[in-house]
Parts: sequence; C-alpha cells; structure tokens
Amino acid sequence: MKRVTIIAGHYGSGKTNFAVNYALEIAKSGKKTSLSDLDIVNPYFRSKDSEKVLADANIRFISSDFANSNVDVPAIPAAAYSVCADKESYSVVDVGGDDRGALALGRYVPEILAEDNYEMLFVINCYRPLTRNAKSTVEVMREIEEAAKIRFTGIVNNSNIGDETKASDVLASLEYAKEVSKITNLPVKFTSVHHVLYDELKGKIENLFPLRLYIRQTWKAE
Amino acid sequence: MAEKVLMKGNEAIAEAAIMAGCRHYFGYPITPQTEVAAYMSKRMPKIDGVFLQAESEIAAINMVIGVAATGKRVMTSSSSPGISLKSEGISYLAGCDLPALVVNVQRGGPGLGGIQPSQADYFQATRGAGHGDFHLLVLAPSSVQEMVDLVFKGFDLAEKYRMPVMLLSDGTMGQMMEPVSLEAGKINEHDKSWALTGTNCERKPNIVNSLCLQAEELERLNVERYARYKLVEENEVMYEEYLMDDAEVCIVAFGVAARVSQNAIDKAREMGIKVGMIRPITLWPFPKKVLNAAADKVKAFVSVELSMGQMVEDVELAIRCKKPVLTCTRVGGMIPSTEEVLNKIIEANGGAN
Repeated sequence: MKRVTIIAGHYGSGKTNFAVNYALEIAKSGKKTSLSDLDIVNPYFRSKDSEKVLADANIRFISSDFANSNVDVPAIPAAAYSVCADKESYSVVDVGGDDRGALALGRYVPEILAEDNYEMLFVINCYRPLTRNAKSTVEVMREIEEAAKIRFTGIVNNSNIGDETKASDVLASLEYAKEVSKITNLPVKFTSVHHVLYDELKGKIENLFPLRLYIRQTWKAE
Repeated sequence: MAEKVLMKGNEAIAEAAIMAGCRHYFGYPITPQTEVAAYMSKRMPKIDGVFLQAESEIAAINMVIGVAATGKRVMTSSSSPGISLKSEGISYLAGCDLPALVVNVQRGGPGLGGIQPSQADYFQATRGAGHGDFHLLVLAPSSVQEMVDLVFKGFDLAEKYRMPVMLLSDGTMGQMMEPVSLEAGKINEHDKSWALTGTNCERKPNIVNSLCLQAEELERLNVERYARYKLVEENEVMYEEYLMDDAEVCIVAFGVAARVSQNAIDKAREMGIKVGMIRPITLWPFPKKVLNAAADKVKAFVSVELSMGQMVEDVELAIRCKKPVLTCTRVGGMIPSTEEVLNKIIEANGGAN
C-alpha cells in the first residue's frame, strides 16, 4: 500500500464517506494513520461529523477549525502539511468536490510527487446527474487533474442512490465503471457498497469494499 | 440503470428549473445555496441557456425583472441576507405583475448570521419580501423530490397568476442528498399577451412598469391584484396531513422541521399518544381552513420551527385561538431533535405519559 492515498471526485460522489472508511481500514491493520480534510468548498456534511469514530480508532484527524461551524471561511489548517512531512504516517486525504475543491490539493502536490509514494483514487457514482455516463465522468476527472496538477491512479466505483440502493443498482453500475476504466486506462480498485448490501454482493464483485455511514443526518430517525 | 438519481436539494432545484423550461438564471454566490449557481454554470452553456453571475444580488434580481418582462421563464436563488438585498426587486416584480421564481435557501440570522439551516425568513417570505401591498406565493418543500415537483409548480403558478413565487428552502434541504425521479412535469401554456416581445409594428406596444403616479389608477391596480390573490387563496392552498384521522395533538411544521416532526410522531404513536401533523406546503396562502377544522377536534397544536416562533402566529390566526398552540423551536442553525419534539408532544398531550 502507498503511504499517501488521495480521495477526490465529483461532489456528492461519496468521497468523504469512502475516505473515512478507508482510513479506518488502514488503522485496523495497526498502522499509524491520519485523515486530512482538505474540503474548502462545502461547509456541510464534512468528515468532521466522524471525529469521534476517528479518534476512537486512534486516527489523527486534521481539519479546519471552521469546518461544520458557522464561519464561512474556506480554510486549511497548517497541520495538513503533515501529509507530506510525517513520513511515518499513512495519510488519507479527503479532497473537496470537483476542480474547485481539487485546487486546494495543488499546494501539496510537488512534495507528494517528489516522494512518489501515493495513490490517487477517483470516486465515481453513475447515479449522480452530472456523471451519468462514462464520458461526462471522465470530463470531471480531467478537470480535477488539471486543477490539482496530479494524475489519478485508480477508480472507486461508489455508484449508489442513497437509502434506496439495491444490489441490482450496484451490479448495473459495473459496466459503467468498466467503461471509465477503459477510457482512462486506470484500474477499478474498489467497488464500495453500504455494508447491508455486502453479503448479497460478495463473490459477485471483485474488490468489494463495505461502507458504514458516519455523516450525520439529523432529520432521519435513528 | 435505476430511474432515479441521487441529488442534492440545491442541484435538484437547478435541474428541475431547466426541465421546466427556464433558460435564464442570474445569481450571486452565498452559502448554503451556492450549488444552485454552480450547477447552472455547468448546465446552462450546454443547452444554449444563460447563466450569469451578477455583480450583486441587486443586479441579479433586476436582470430577472428584465427577462420576466419578455415572458420567458427566469429564476434567481440566494440565501437569507441575499434575499434581503433582492427584496426591492421582488417588490418591483410584484408591482409589474411579472412571473419569476425566487429561491431562498435559508441560513441563520439576523444580519449575516451563520451558514447553517434556518426557517427564520418565514415572516419575510410571507409578509415583508419588499415594500408595498403584495404577496409572494411561498412554496416549502420537505424532500428533494418535492423540490423538483414544486419548482415545476412554482413556474406554473407564477405564470398563471402573473406573480413572483418563492421556493422557501433551508440549508439542510439544500445540502441533503436523496434519490429523485426527474420526470418532466406538464408545462401549461399561459396567456403572455402582456410580454415585451417586439411589436413588429403590428400592435400597440406593451408596457411593463411598476411606477404609477395617478393615485386612483394605482389604487385600481392594487385592488385588481388583490382580486387575483383571492383566487390564489381559494384555489392554490397545498398541505399534507399525517395521521390526523384520530389525532388529539396536531403538529404544524414545514420543510426540514416536518421531517424531524414525523420521526417524533412515529415515536409518540408507539407510546400510544394520538398525534398527527398538518404540513403546510404553501406558506402563503396558508392552509387556514384545514387547521381551523382540526382545532375543533384536537386539544392542542405544536408549531415546530427553526425560528423563534414565526409561523405560530399564522396557526393561532387560522384557528382563531380556539386551542393552545405550543412551540418547539431551535435557532441559529440548530435543528430541533426528535426528542425535543417528542417532549413537546407529551406536554401538549397533557403531561407525563
């Protein structure tokens, strides 16, 4: 596994939730792990919602003091530099949505490239209106690469329609992920699904990754 | 592939507007509605539409007036402080009898306030969205799907009654992601003989203007407009009832507050408390009749709001103060919890259960 894993994609593709779950997975294997929230776009539904879960798993969580607060300041904390500086630690980097969000990543890119020990995963969801097909998805991907000045190395197929996702919806998305993979010449590293669908899909999909949801949805019944 | 897509409320507003035939959008960024503009900026150029980020909210609403005068479907969106800036233009839209859709994704106030969800612009939307005698037709969705449906409805009603319509959302509704079915609603043709489309020297020019210096004439225009408002009140009230058949306590809530309330009602029902909800979908016109009828059956009401208690005044007016109306409120970006609503239900039901 590479030391730095950058998670980026179209906004609403499920990047943050995948990043949190991925960091938890790394920490489970006993490695020193950090998760950095570089989202400068969206003040709502941030990885900060998962602060306690991350702390319990002994993951260093690096996030703007203003995330999830009432202060509309697109800020990145100085500690985010440890992504590059702390070479002892496995770093998961949660990048904001689209090219606008990816801009913030650019500041760390020269050092990430120099160290050359990174993976950059593109999270995709064919049930999002602006990435319904492979072509529009790859468009978003190229915009992100252009803004961040770094290339993706793999794909995470996180195709879902929220609470209503059925196993058949995930299966129906495989062809789309394959096409994105073909156009970009990048491997589909994971297909991530809500953990309740995991058993049903196990054995049918390679590299299936179960997700738990840690983003707070206060309007829903517990 | 599934028929449904996963959308943020703000995106759904933008896509629904496009599907409803809106090809002109003018706005200015403000959290938490920015995705409406961001989505429009990506989509409009691809469909030969106009996305324009104006230099201010005031400029944007005046651009809306310009397009509306030509009879084309037009929309602007903002969040609370930005809507205050637009309020002069909204009054001009009303004074010119122009249809337009104005979206408010509310945040905590007053002043610059915060960026988390709020419903504290209820008074502004239903009473004072600008100077003068006029009403906005105010629609309050409580799911992403309903946002889509109400955008269609909003454009239609705006044209039918030649008046500005406000979609009153909030930060949570705008940011939450839910499955939606993007089926194009029917687009009704309404009379637009008043629109500025060029005379070709074949007819008298139309005039769209809110200035009228003759007192008698200005009075006549106001009275005419109010005759139209009366029709709106008679024909366009929308609400949804939840478990009201045997209810002894009635919750009144809209938007995200209705979502939380429904969870609380389900819990209260498990405890044997007979509670239901009347969820206004139109905040103006307010569902007065159904509330007044409910007042003859229930023992108390609870108004659940993300404000210090604004809609509660309309509830009391609607029921002629026949029964007590309790409030359950959180402000500043906070949302009432299921437990807080549940405790109010227990209190309204007469105490410990």
